[in-house]
Amino acid sequence: MRPVDPAAGVAGISASFRRAFADFSLDVSLALPGRGVTAIFGPSGSGKTSLLRSIAGLERAGSGYLSVNGEVWQDDAAGVFLPVHQRPLGYVFQEASLFAHLDVARNLDFGLRRVPLAQRRVPLEQAIELLGLQKLMQRMPGTLSGGERQRVAIARALATSPRLLLMDEPLASLDIARKAEILPYLERLHDELDMPVLYVSHAPDEVARLADHLVLLDAGRVTASGPTRELMTRLDLPLAHGDAAAAVIDAVISAVEPAWHMSHGEFSGGRISLLNPSLEVGQRVRVRIQARDVSLTLERQTGTSVQNIFAATVTALSADSPGQVMVGLDAGGSVLLARLTQKSAEALQLRPGSRVFAQVKGVAVLG
Amino acid sequence: MLDDASLQALALTLRLAATTTAVLLLVGTPLAWWLARTRSWLKGPVGAMVALPLVLPPVVLGFYLLVLMGPNGPVGQLTQSLGWGVLPFTFAGLVVGSVLYSMPFVVQPLQNAFEAIGERPLEAAATLRASPLDTFFSVVMPLARPAYLTAAVMGFAHTVGEFGIVLMMGGNIPGKTRVMSVQIYDHVEALEYRQAHWLAGGLLVFSFLVLLALYVLQPGRRKGPGA
Repeated sequence: MRPVDPAAGVAGISASFRRAFADFSLDVSLALPGRGVTAIFGPSGSGKTSLLRSIAGLERAGSGYLSVNGEVWQDDAAGVFLPVHQRPLGYVFQEASLFAHLDVARNLDFGLRRVPLAQRRVPLEQAIELLGLQKLMQRMPGTLSGGERQRVAIARALATSPRLLLMDEPLASLDIARKAEILPYLERLHDELDMPVLYVSHAPDEVARLADHLVLLDAGRVTASGPTRELMTRLDLPLAHGDAAAAVIDAVISAVEPAWHMSHGEFSGGRISLLNPSLEVGQRVRVRIQARDVSLTLERQTGTSVQNIFAATVTALSADSPGQVMVGLDAGGSVLLARLTQKSAEALQLRPGSRVFAQVKGVAVLG
Repeated sequence: MLDDASLQALALTLRLAATTTAVLLLVGTPLAWWLARTRSWLKGPVGAMVALPLVLPPVVLGFYLLVLMGPNGPVGQLTQSLGWGVLPFTFAGLVVGSVLYSMPFVVQPLQNAFEAIGERPLEAAATLRASPLDTFFSVVMPLARPAYLTAAVMGFAHTVGEFGIVLMMGGNIPGKTRVMSVQIYDHVEALEYRQAHWLAGGLLVFSFLVLLALYVLQPGRRKGPGA
C-alpha cells in the first residue's frame, strides 16, 4: 500500500471537537500521526466512543474540525461538513453490525461496490485472506460465531480502502478465546496495510500489542497523547499503575537456540532471552515486560534461575496500590517498570539515581 | 354458482383491493418511515389519525368523506376546480376511502418493522458509503420484507371486506362501485340466500386463508433483525 498522496500537504490527523452530551462534555483537540495505529484509551464513559463517532460524522452538534492527511472533512466554523457516507473511512462497531439479510460475500461487497474503481487500494481478496474468511463467504451472519462476525466486519470496512480506519473496541464483545483469534489478524493489518487506524480500547494489553501512538481520555478530555511506550511508562499516568502496568521494548534477534526453545535478542539495555523458538536471527520483535514480573537487587545475583538481568538506574518512584510502589527504571535508554512492595523499596533505600539490577521473570513477545 | 352481478362485484372488489394496496404501499412507506424516525410532537397526533379507522365505525368515516368530497365540500371544490369532478360515487372515490380505511393495517406493521431495525444498520451502511436513500432501498426495505408481506396482505384483505364506507360514499352502482360486501347485502335483501352464501362463504374462507398464511408461513416474523 502507498501513502495517500505524498504531496497532499499536512500529513497527520487533526481533530478537535467540542460538544455537550447528556452526562458529560467532549472537549478534545488532537494532532495524531497519519499512519500506524493510534489507541484511544480510557475508562468507560470517558468519551472514547463519542470521539470516534464525531470523527466519523455519526455525531453532529457543537463545533468540530477534522482533517485527515491534508483533506478537510469537517470545519464547522467554515460550514464544512462531509456527511458520513462521503467520508472515505471505515468503521468497525463494537458489535459486528453485519447486514442480516446478506451473506458474508454480499456484506463484503456492500461497501466495495460503492467505492469508485480508481479509489480502490485494498483488493477484496487481500482483505478476505488477511482475515481468514475464505470458507465463510456463503454463510449468513446469523450462523457465524462472534469472532467470525467481527472479522467479517473488519474486512468489510477494509474493502472500501478507507483513508482512516476507526475501530470501536472491536474485541469488547468477545471472550478471551475469540480475542486471541482476532488479535493476530489485527497485527497483520497493522503490518501489511498502510492506513491510519484509530483504535478505541480499555484493555491495556491490546493497546500494548497494537498501538504506536496513544491518546488517554478521561471525562471527555485528553490527559495525554504520545508514543505508546512513553505513555505506558510515565508514572504520572494511570497506565503505568496497577496489575497490567508494563513496559514495551524493541529488540533484534541475534541468536536462536532451537534445542532450548530459546531466542536471544539485543536491545539498548542488553541482551534479552525469550522462550520462543520460532524467531529468526535479524527479526525485530516487540517485547512486553510486565512491572509485576520485575524485581530489583542492589548487586548482580549469581546462582539464580532468572536469565534476564539488566543494569538500570532508578528514575522515579510513585505510590501504586496500597503497600506497593511503582519504580521507573532506565536500562541503557530503555524504560522499564518494576512493581515492588513499599517495604522492600524502603529496605533497598531506593531513590531516583539508585543503581540497581532488574531481574525479569517473564517476558512476552508481541509480534 | 355465481350470477353475473356477483361476478362483476367480485372483479370490482379485487380491482379495488389491488389498487388500494398499491397506493397504500406507496403512501404508507414514507409515512411509516417518518412515524418510526421522527422526534416531532406531530408523531402522536399523526399516529392517532392513522389508527382512527381501527376504532371508528366505517360509516362515520364514509359520512365525513362524503361531506368533504361532495360538490360543496372543500375537497370536492378543489377536485372540481382541477377538472376532476367529484369523487363520491366513482371508483376513484372508493379508492380514496379504502386507502384511508385500510391505512393502519399497512402503516403499523411497516412502522414496527422500521423501528425494530434500529439505528445501527443505517449507521453501518453510511460508513460503507451508502447515501440515506440508497440505505433505505438496500438495507431497510430488505430487512423489512416480512413486514411488507404482512402489510400488503392485511391491506388487501381488509379492503376486500369493507362495507360501510362503500355504502356511504360509493353507493351501489353495478360495475362501478358495487363491491362484494354490498352485493351480499343486496342478495340478502332480495332473499337470494344461495347467492349470498357463495359470496359470504367465499369471503370467510378467503379471510381465514390469508390469516392462516400469515401465521403459518412467517413463524419467524416477530424476530428482530439480528447480527
